[in-house]
Amino acid sequence: MARMKFICDAERCIECNGCVTACKQEHDVPWGVNRRRVVTINDGVPGERSISVACMHCSDAPCMAVCPVDCFYRNEAGVVLHDKDICIGCGYCFYACPFGAPQFPQTGAFGVRGKMDKCTFCAGGPEVPTSDTEFKKYGRNRLAEGKLPACAEMCSTKALLGGDGDVISDIYRNRVVMRAARGTRSGPPWGWDTAYGAAQPVAATTTTPAPGQAPSPAPAPAPATGGKS
Amino acid sequence: MRRFAAVGVVASLLLGLAACGERPQVIEYKQGTYQGKPFTQPYQNAPYNGDKAAWERAMSQRAQGQNEYNRVK
Repeated sequence: MARMKFICDAERCIECNGCVTACKQEHDVPWGVNRRRVVTINDGVPGERSISVACMHCSDAPCMAVCPVDCFYRNEAGVVLHDKDICIGCGYCFYACPFGAPQFPQTGAFGVRGKMDKCTFCAGGPEVPTSDTEFKKYGRNRLAEGKLPACAEMCSTKALLGGDGDVISDIYRNRVVMRAARGTRSGPPWGWDTAYGAAQPVAATTTTPAPGQAPSPAPAPAPATGGKS
Repeated sequence: MRRFAAVGVVASLLLGLAACGERPQVIEYKQGTYQGKPFTQPYQNAPYNGDKAAWERAMSQRAQGQNEYNRVK
Protein backbone atom coordinates (compact mmCIF):
# COMPACT_ATOMS: atom_id res chain seq x y z
CA MET A 1 0.00 0.00 0.00
CA ALA A 2 1.24 3.39 -0.92
CA ARG A 3 2.26 5.60 1.96
CA MET A 4 2.48 9.16 0.75
CA LYS A 5 5.42 11.24 1.90
CA PHE A 6 7.44 14.31 0.95
CA ILE A 7 11.23 14.54 0.85
CA CYS A 8 13.04 17.83 0.34
CA ASP A 9 16.66 17.70 -0.80
CA ALA A 10 18.32 20.66 0.92
CA GLU A 11 21.30 20.43 -1.46
CA ARG A 12 19.08 21.19 -4.42
CA CYS A 13 16.47 23.61 -3.08
CA ILE A 14 17.23 27.06 -4.47
CA GLU A 15 14.52 28.91 -2.55
CA CYS A 16 12.64 29.79 -5.73
CA ASN A 17 9.28 29.38 -3.95
CA GLY A 18 7.88 27.64 -7.01
CA CYS A 19 6.32 25.01 -4.75
CA VAL A 20 4.61 27.71 -2.67
CA THR A 21 3.26 29.39 -5.78
CA ALA A 22 2.13 26.12 -7.34
CA CYS A 23 0.25 25.21 -4.16
CA LYS A 24 -1.47 28.56 -3.87
CA GLN A 25 -2.45 28.54 -7.52
CA GLU A 26 -3.64 24.95 -7.57
CA HIS A 27 -5.89 25.22 -4.53
CA ASP A 28 -6.87 28.86 -4.77
CA VAL A 29 -5.51 29.33 -1.25
CA PRO A 30 -6.61 32.66 0.29
CA TRP A 31 -4.28 35.51 1.08
CA GLY A 32 -2.47 35.01 4.37
CA VAL A 33 -2.59 31.22 4.28
CA ASN A 34 0.51 29.31 3.25
CA ARG A 35 0.06 25.60 3.12
CA ARG A 36 3.68 25.32 2.07
CA ARG A 37 6.62 27.64 2.60
CA VAL A 38 10.36 27.63 2.10
CA VAL A 39 12.56 27.97 5.16
CA THR A 40 16.17 29.06 4.76
CA ILE A 41 18.82 28.46 7.37
CA ASN A 42 21.81 30.83 7.55
CA ASP A 43 20.16 33.06 4.97
CA GLY A 44 22.70 35.17 3.12
CA VAL A 45 25.67 33.26 4.49
CA PRO A 46 27.70 31.18 2.03
CA GLY A 47 26.47 27.61 2.32
CA GLU A 48 22.92 28.54 3.28
CA ARG A 49 20.40 25.75 3.00
CA SER A 50 16.72 25.95 2.12
CA ILE A 51 14.00 23.43 2.66
CA SER A 52 10.37 23.40 1.59
CA VAL A 53 8.07 22.66 4.51
CA ALA A 54 4.39 21.77 4.72
CA CYS A 55 2.36 19.15 6.54
CA MET A 56 4.55 16.05 6.66
CA HIS A 57 1.55 13.72 7.07
CA CYS A 58 3.07 12.17 10.18
CA SER A 59 2.53 8.51 10.89
CA ASP A 60 1.79 9.41 14.51
CA ALA A 61 0.40 12.87 13.96
CA PRO A 62 0.40 15.15 17.03
CA CYS A 63 -2.39 17.29 15.55
CA MET A 64 -4.58 14.22 15.45
CA ALA A 65 -3.71 13.42 19.03
CA VAL A 66 -4.56 16.83 20.48
CA CYS A 67 -7.66 17.69 18.45
CA PRO A 68 -10.51 18.05 20.96
CA VAL A 69 -13.21 17.38 18.37
CA ASP A 70 -11.46 14.54 16.51
CA CYS A 71 -11.76 16.15 13.12
CA PHE A 72 -8.62 14.47 11.74
CA TYR A 73 -8.38 11.22 9.88
CA ARG A 74 -5.78 9.40 7.87
CA ASN A 75 -6.72 7.84 4.56
CA GLU A 76 -5.38 4.55 3.26
CA ALA A 77 -2.51 6.30 1.52
CA GLY A 78 -1.31 7.69 4.85
CA VAL A 79 -2.43 11.25 4.13
CA VAL A 80 -3.55 13.17 7.22
CA LEU A 81 -6.75 15.10 6.44
CA HIS A 82 -9.44 16.84 8.42
CA ASP A 83 -13.11 17.74 8.27
CA LYS A 84 -13.63 21.50 8.24
CA ASP A 85 -17.27 21.08 9.21
CA ILE A 86 -16.13 19.67 12.55
CA CYS A 87 -13.07 21.88 13.13
CA ILE A 88 -13.69 24.61 15.71
CA GLY A 89 -10.53 26.59 14.93
CA CYS A 90 -9.14 26.25 18.46
CA GLY A 91 -5.52 26.18 17.29
CA TYR A 92 -4.36 23.24 19.41
CA CYS A 93 -3.11 21.51 16.29
CA PHE A 94 -0.96 24.55 15.50
CA TYR A 95 0.73 24.34 18.90
CA ALA A 96 1.20 20.60 18.58
CA CYS A 97 2.59 20.56 15.04
CA PRO A 98 6.42 20.65 14.94
CA PHE A 99 6.33 22.03 11.38
CA GLY A 100 3.84 24.87 11.83
CA ALA A 101 1.68 23.32 9.14
CA PRO A 102 -1.83 24.25 10.36
CA GLN A 103 -2.90 27.64 9.06
CA PHE A 104 -5.80 29.79 10.21
CA PRO A 105 -7.36 32.21 7.77
CA GLN A 106 -8.35 35.57 9.19
CA THR A 107 -12.06 35.68 8.50
CA GLY A 108 -14.32 38.60 9.37
CA ALA A 109 -13.63 42.25 10.02
CA PHE A 110 -12.04 41.64 13.41
CA GLY A 111 -9.65 38.94 12.34
CA VAL A 112 -11.50 36.06 13.94
CA ARG A 113 -9.53 32.87 13.57
CA GLY A 114 -11.13 30.69 10.93
CA LYS A 115 -11.17 26.96 10.54
CA MET A 116 -7.85 25.28 10.16
CA ASP A 117 -6.39 24.86 6.68
CA LYS A 118 -3.35 22.79 5.82
CA CYS A 119 -1.62 20.81 3.09
CA THR A 120 -3.83 17.95 1.96
CA PHE A 121 -1.17 16.24 -0.18
CA CYS A 122 -3.53 17.33 -2.96
CA ALA A 123 -6.00 14.69 -1.70
CA GLY A 124 -9.01 16.94 -1.07
CA GLY A 125 -11.17 16.15 1.94
CA PRO A 126 -14.32 14.40 3.10
CA GLU A 127 -16.57 15.58 0.27
CA VAL A 128 -17.47 14.12 -3.10
CA PRO A 129 -14.12 13.76 -4.88
CA THR A 130 -13.32 16.47 -7.45
CA SER A 131 -16.58 18.29 -6.65
CA ASP A 132 -16.91 22.06 -6.36
CA THR A 133 -17.63 21.76 -2.64
CA GLU A 134 -14.45 19.81 -2.10
CA PHE A 135 -12.45 22.34 -4.09
CA LYS A 136 -13.83 25.29 -2.15
CA LYS A 137 -13.14 23.71 1.24
CA TYR A 138 -9.98 21.73 0.69
CA GLY A 139 -8.62 22.48 -2.77
CA ARG A 140 -8.08 20.26 -5.76
CA ASN A 141 -8.05 16.49 -5.38
CA ARG A 142 -5.16 15.56 -7.64
CA LEU A 143 -4.65 12.11 -6.13
CA ALA A 144 -8.13 11.10 -7.30
CA GLU A 145 -7.12 12.26 -10.78
CA GLY A 146 -4.02 10.06 -10.71
CA LYS A 147 -1.64 12.96 -10.18
CA LEU A 148 0.87 13.80 -7.46
CA PRO A 149 1.02 17.01 -5.41
CA ALA A 150 1.47 20.10 -7.53
CA CYS A 151 4.36 21.42 -5.42
CA ALA A 152 6.51 18.35 -6.01
CA GLU A 153 5.63 18.03 -9.67
CA MET A 154 6.36 21.70 -10.30
CA CYS A 155 9.72 21.74 -8.49
CA SER A 156 12.24 22.88 -11.08
CA THR A 157 15.32 21.30 -9.49
CA LYS A 158 13.40 18.27 -8.25
CA ALA A 159 14.51 19.10 -4.73
CA LEU A 160 11.02 18.37 -3.49
CA LEU A 161 9.85 14.83 -4.12
CA GLY A 162 6.36 13.65 -3.27
CA GLY A 163 4.66 10.30 -3.61
CA ASP A 164 4.80 6.78 -2.26
CA GLY A 165 7.51 6.72 0.39
CA ASP A 166 9.19 3.63 -1.09
CA VAL A 167 9.33 5.10 -4.59
CA ILE A 168 10.63 8.53 -3.67
CA SER A 169 13.16 7.14 -1.23
CA ASP A 170 14.47 4.99 -4.10
CA ILE A 171 14.75 8.08 -6.30
CA TYR A 172 16.54 9.98 -3.55
CA ARG A 173 18.86 7.06 -2.76
CA ASN A 174 19.74 6.78 -6.43
CA ARG A 175 20.56 10.45 -6.49
CA VAL A 176 22.83 10.22 -3.46
CA VAL A 177 24.64 7.25 -4.99
CA MET A 178 25.13 9.20 -8.22
CA ARG A 179 26.54 12.16 -6.33
CA ALA A 180 28.91 9.95 -4.38
CA ALA A 181 30.06 8.17 -7.54
CA ARG A 182 30.79 11.42 -9.36
CA GLY A 183 32.39 12.99 -6.32
CA THR A 184 32.95 16.60 -5.37
CA ARG A 185 35.88 18.58 -6.59
CA SER A 186 37.88 20.52 -4.05
CA GLY A 187 35.90 23.57 -3.17
CA PRO A 188 33.17 24.70 -0.85
CA PRO A 189 30.73 22.00 0.30
CA TRP A 190 27.79 23.57 -1.51
CA GLY A 191 26.77 24.49 -5.02
CA TRP A 192 26.41 22.52 -8.22
CA ASP A 193 28.92 19.77 -7.42
CA THR A 194 27.32 19.05 -4.08
CA ALA A 195 23.82 19.00 -5.52
CA TYR A 196 24.48 17.11 -8.76
CA GLY A 197 27.96 15.62 -8.44
CA ALA A 198 31.08 16.90 -10.17
CA ALA A 199 30.73 17.70 -13.86
CA GLN A 200 33.56 15.27 -14.55
CA PRO A 201 34.69 12.39 -12.36
CA VAL A 202 37.03 13.55 -9.63
CA ALA A 203 39.82 11.23 -10.72
CA ALA A 204 40.00 12.96 -14.13
CA THR A 205 39.63 16.53 -12.93
CA THR A 206 40.81 17.77 -9.58
CA THR A 207 40.98 21.48 -10.21
CA THR A 208 38.26 23.97 -9.53
CA PRO A 209 37.61 26.53 -12.25
CA ALA A 210 38.80 29.99 -11.34
CA PRO A 211 36.12 32.55 -10.52
CA GLY A 212 34.56 33.85 -13.71
CA GLN A 213 35.91 30.98 -15.76
CA ALA A 214 33.28 28.85 -17.48
CA PRO A 215 33.20 25.28 -16.24
CA SER A 216 33.94 22.50 -18.67
CA PRO A 217 30.90 21.05 -20.42
CA ALA A 218 29.17 18.40 -18.39
CA PRO A 219 28.75 14.97 -19.91
CA ALA A 220 25.31 13.45 -19.70
CA PRO A 221 25.05 11.45 -16.49
CA ALA A 222 24.96 7.70 -16.84
CA PRO A 223 21.80 5.95 -15.71
CA ALA A 224 22.01 5.03 -12.08
CA THR A 225 22.33 1.44 -11.05
CA GLY A 226 22.07 1.96 -7.32
CA GLY A 227 18.94 1.76 -5.19
CA LYS A 228 16.79 -1.22 -4.48
CA SER A 229 14.12 -0.51 -7.12
CA MET B 1 26.00 18.52 60.70
CA ARG B 2 26.20 14.81 60.02
CA ARG B 3 22.46 14.57 60.47
CA PHE B 4 21.92 17.17 57.72
CA ALA B 5 24.26 15.27 55.44
CA ALA B 6 22.40 12.03 56.12
CA VAL B 7 19.09 13.68 55.40
CA GLY B 8 20.52 15.08 52.19
CA VAL B 9 21.76 11.66 51.08
CA VAL B 10 18.39 10.05 51.82
CA ALA B 11 16.55 12.83 50.00
CA SER B 12 18.77 12.49 46.94
CA LEU B 13 18.27 8.71 46.95
CA LEU B 14 14.51 9.16 47.09
CA LEU B 15 14.74 11.71 44.30
CA GLY B 16 16.73 9.25 42.22
CA LEU B 17 14.21 6.50 42.81
CA ALA B 18 11.39 8.81 41.80
CA ALA B 19 12.58 8.57 38.19
CA CYS B 20 11.96 4.82 38.26
CA GLY B 21 8.25 5.46 38.53
CA GLU B 22 8.01 7.67 35.44
CA ARG B 23 5.51 6.73 32.82
CA PRO B 24 6.01 7.19 29.07
CA GLN B 25 5.19 10.75 28.05
CA VAL B 26 4.10 9.87 24.53
CA ILE B 27 0.49 10.79 23.92
CA GLU B 28 -1.63 7.86 22.95
CA TYR B 29 -4.75 8.24 20.93
CA LYS B 30 -7.19 5.71 19.64
CA GLN B 31 -7.43 5.09 15.95
CA GLY B 32 -10.88 5.48 14.45
CA THR B 33 -12.16 8.22 16.73
CA TYR B 34 -12.74 10.48 13.73
CA GLN B 35 -16.01 12.34 14.18
CA GLY B 36 -16.42 13.89 10.75
CA LYS B 37 -18.09 12.92 7.52
CA PRO B 38 -17.18 9.67 5.76
CA PHE B 39 -14.40 10.07 3.26
CA THR B 40 -13.74 8.58 -0.13
CA GLN B 41 -10.47 6.89 -0.97
CA PRO B 42 -8.79 8.45 -4.02
CA TYR B 43 -9.26 5.37 -6.19
CA GLN B 44 -12.96 4.87 -5.52
CA ASN B 45 -14.29 7.25 -8.16
CA ALA B 46 -13.67 7.67 -11.88
CA PRO B 47 -11.28 7.13 -13.60
CA TYR B 48 -10.22 4.24 -11.32
CA ASN B 49 -13.67 3.14 -10.13
CA GLY B 50 -12.40 1.19 -7.16
CA ASP B 51 -9.39 -0.38 -8.88
CA LYS B 52 -6.85 0.22 -6.15
CA ALA B 53 -4.06 -1.66 -7.93
CA ALA B 54 -4.44 0.49 -11.06
CA TRP B 55 -4.34 3.65 -8.98
CA GLU B 56 -1.21 2.52 -7.17
CA ARG B 57 0.45 1.67 -10.49
CA ALA B 58 -0.44 5.09 -11.85
CA MET B 59 0.95 6.78 -8.74
CA SER B 60 4.16 4.81 -8.95
CA GLN B 61 4.65 5.63 -12.64
CA ARG B 62 3.86 9.26 -12.05
CA ALA B 63 6.40 9.42 -9.22
CA GLN B 64 9.11 8.21 -11.58
CA GLY B 65 8.56 11.42 -13.53
CA GLN B 66 10.41 13.10 -10.68
CA ASN B 67 13.52 11.04 -11.32
CA GLU B 68 15.54 13.10 -13.76
CA TYR B 69 18.07 10.32 -14.23
CA ASN B 70 15.30 8.34 -15.92
CA ARG B 71 14.35 11.31 -18.05
CA VAL B 72 17.85 11.92 -19.48
CA LYS B 73 18.40 8.31 -20.58
